[in-house]
Amino acid sequence: MRLQTVELRSSRFWLDTLSKIWAWLFLLGMVAFFSVAGDGFLTPFNIQAILANMAILMIIAIGQTYVIISGGIDLSVGWVMGMAAVISATVMNRLPESSPLWLVVLSGLFAGLLAAWIAGLVNGILIARLNVPPFIATLGMFGIARGIGFLLSGGMPVPIYVRGLGFLGNGFLLYHHPTAGWSFLSPPPGLAQAELRNLTGYFPFVVIVMLVLLVIAHIILSRTKFGLHTYAIGGNKEAAMRAGIPVARRLVAIYLLSATFAAIAGIVYNVRFTNGAANAGEAMLLDTVAAVVIGGASLFGGAGTVIGTLIGALIISVLANGLVILRVNPFWQFIAVGIVIIIAVLIDQAREKFAQE
Amino acid sequence: MMEKQDTGVQPVLRAVNLTKRFGGLVAVNDVSLDIYPGEVVALAGDNGAGKSTLIKMISGVYRPDAGHIYLEGREITMASPLEARNLGIETIYQDLALCENLDATVNIFLGREPTKRLFGLFKQVDRNLMLAESNKVLDRLDIHIPNLRRPIRQMSGGQRQAVAIARAVYWNAKLVIMDEPTAALGVPEQRKVHELIHTLKRQNVPVIIISHNLQDIFAVADRIVVMRRGYKVGDVLASEVTDDDLVAMMVGSA
Repeated sequence: MRLQTVELRSSRFWLDTLSKIWAWLFLLGMVAFFSVAGDGFLTPFNIQAILANMAILMIIAIGQTYVIISGGIDLSVGWVMGMAAVISATVMNRLPESSPLWLVVLSGLFAGLLAAWIAGLVNGILIARLNVPPFIATLGMFGIARGIGFLLSGGMPVPIYVRGLGFLGNGFLLYHHPTAGWSFLSPPPGLAQAELRNLTGYFPFVVIVMLVLLVIAHIILSRTKFGLHTYAIGGNKEAAMRAGIPVARRLVAIYLLSATFAAIAGIVYNVRFTNGAANAGEAMLLDTVAAVVIGGASLFGGAGTVIGTLIGALIISVLANGLVILRVNPFWQFIAVGIVIIIAVLIDQAREKFAQE
Repeated sequence: MMEKQDTGVQPVLRAVNLTKRFGGLVAVNDVSLDIYPGEVVALAGDNGAGKSTLIKMISGVYRPDAGHIYLEGREITMASPLEARNLGIETIYQDLALCENLDATVNIFLGREPTKRLFGLFKQVDRNLMLAESNKVLDRLDIHIPNLRRPIRQMSGGQRQAVAIARAVYWNAKLVIMDEPTAALGVPEQRKVHELIHTLKRQNVPVIIISHNLQDIFAVADRIVVMRRGYKVGDVLASEVTDDDLVAMMVGSA
């Protein structure tokens, strides 16, 4: 009898541990597999490409992490991103040609943020004050932002005619050339066009932006009252209210935060692809939810971390990249991600079952 | 009650002539109640007798239609349960109102988390202080919970009840109200809750418990207030009545 209890406890311990680290193990296993099986997977160039390509997904997923921990969901993120991208692209084009690049980018960012904040505020007020279920409120905003984005852009991508923008979006912090050596922020001067192909960039700007946002969001979530309250609201909203947490205000802030990250992702899209498209974030909704859930969040709320979401986003991106390198039909990616999501949820449920005595 | 007044001890809580109507129904009719330091008062009565309504007026959920409430001699009016809590009236509901995904220390401090500045930059929740203070209050209540950093979800019913009580006590409750504290618990856990109530009493914190369970009532109460159809029909020392007397008062056949 005694032995049995010990055994039960240890199996619970293992399950608990497994549920915490399986995503890491899965990611490591995948990286190991692709490194061995895929030619050119484990190179600085490819690793940076994976990170740069997941920046937009990851930035939106940060906001989605907060929302899902609070027990909600934000279905509107993809189209709010597109709407912000279109508005910011339009504003960037309207500025006089002589404007400095930083002013153009900041103006675009601000315009996109402003539009997104209205969307986030409406979401938040509907959910927190008018008790509309998050699924419905943000589904409404999904349609509204989609319509506005397409109306403003006439259904076409808005090309941005700003010199140097693409450089910013695809640029690196450091460059290295075998003969010209290292340089900071821009390629070594005086290189011939043909020589540029030997140039290697390190630390893409978009990856730096992603990492900075990630670190800030992680600290806020794990260390501040706001972060703690996000977990409390997701765990037991009624208890949070009775404990005196300003639940409505917190929820509005959470949906504003989600819209903010969506808008930033829209601007990152703009500078990376030098155009703003209403449907830029069309695929983002399910990918962000997938990243958050693979990262250990519960769709019932109360659990999840930014670092977990990072692992989830990495798994999705590494999978996409690795399959291309292996020359597997990219459609397999959908199937693979689907399977990973189901595994994530099964593991989470098994842990919950064991955790209860 | 009379003899206590004679000793000159001031009641912690005085409810005077409280009345609450819902439409034509008078849920609580002209009920007065005094609670003295370190006293455990059980509120007994059949369903619909008005126990919950009375308690909700004292804990700030309902505003009385008539009557006055005095806390430590000062008249108080409360617009919300939060105001009642801030005044020192802590209510522990049957569902305990804990966040099961969070640990005991966070639950004890929920909504009132201590913070410290990190690098002078931003205020971060001071988890070490929360743990230290939680240990202190649990020691004071003689509660032993291994690993306070486990989520509440993984704790037993008795441990959860203990966390809820610790939360109430930590914030220097002047009065603790417990709504059916043993309803969902097994027998050993019920005993633990009884012990906890005795510990509160020893620390001079008065407790009002609402209970259907006569065993509960006789295990912990000093005094029993019986309600029937909105009226207070009995206010007796627990040592002076039997189960049968109590039931008779509750159903009105005495």
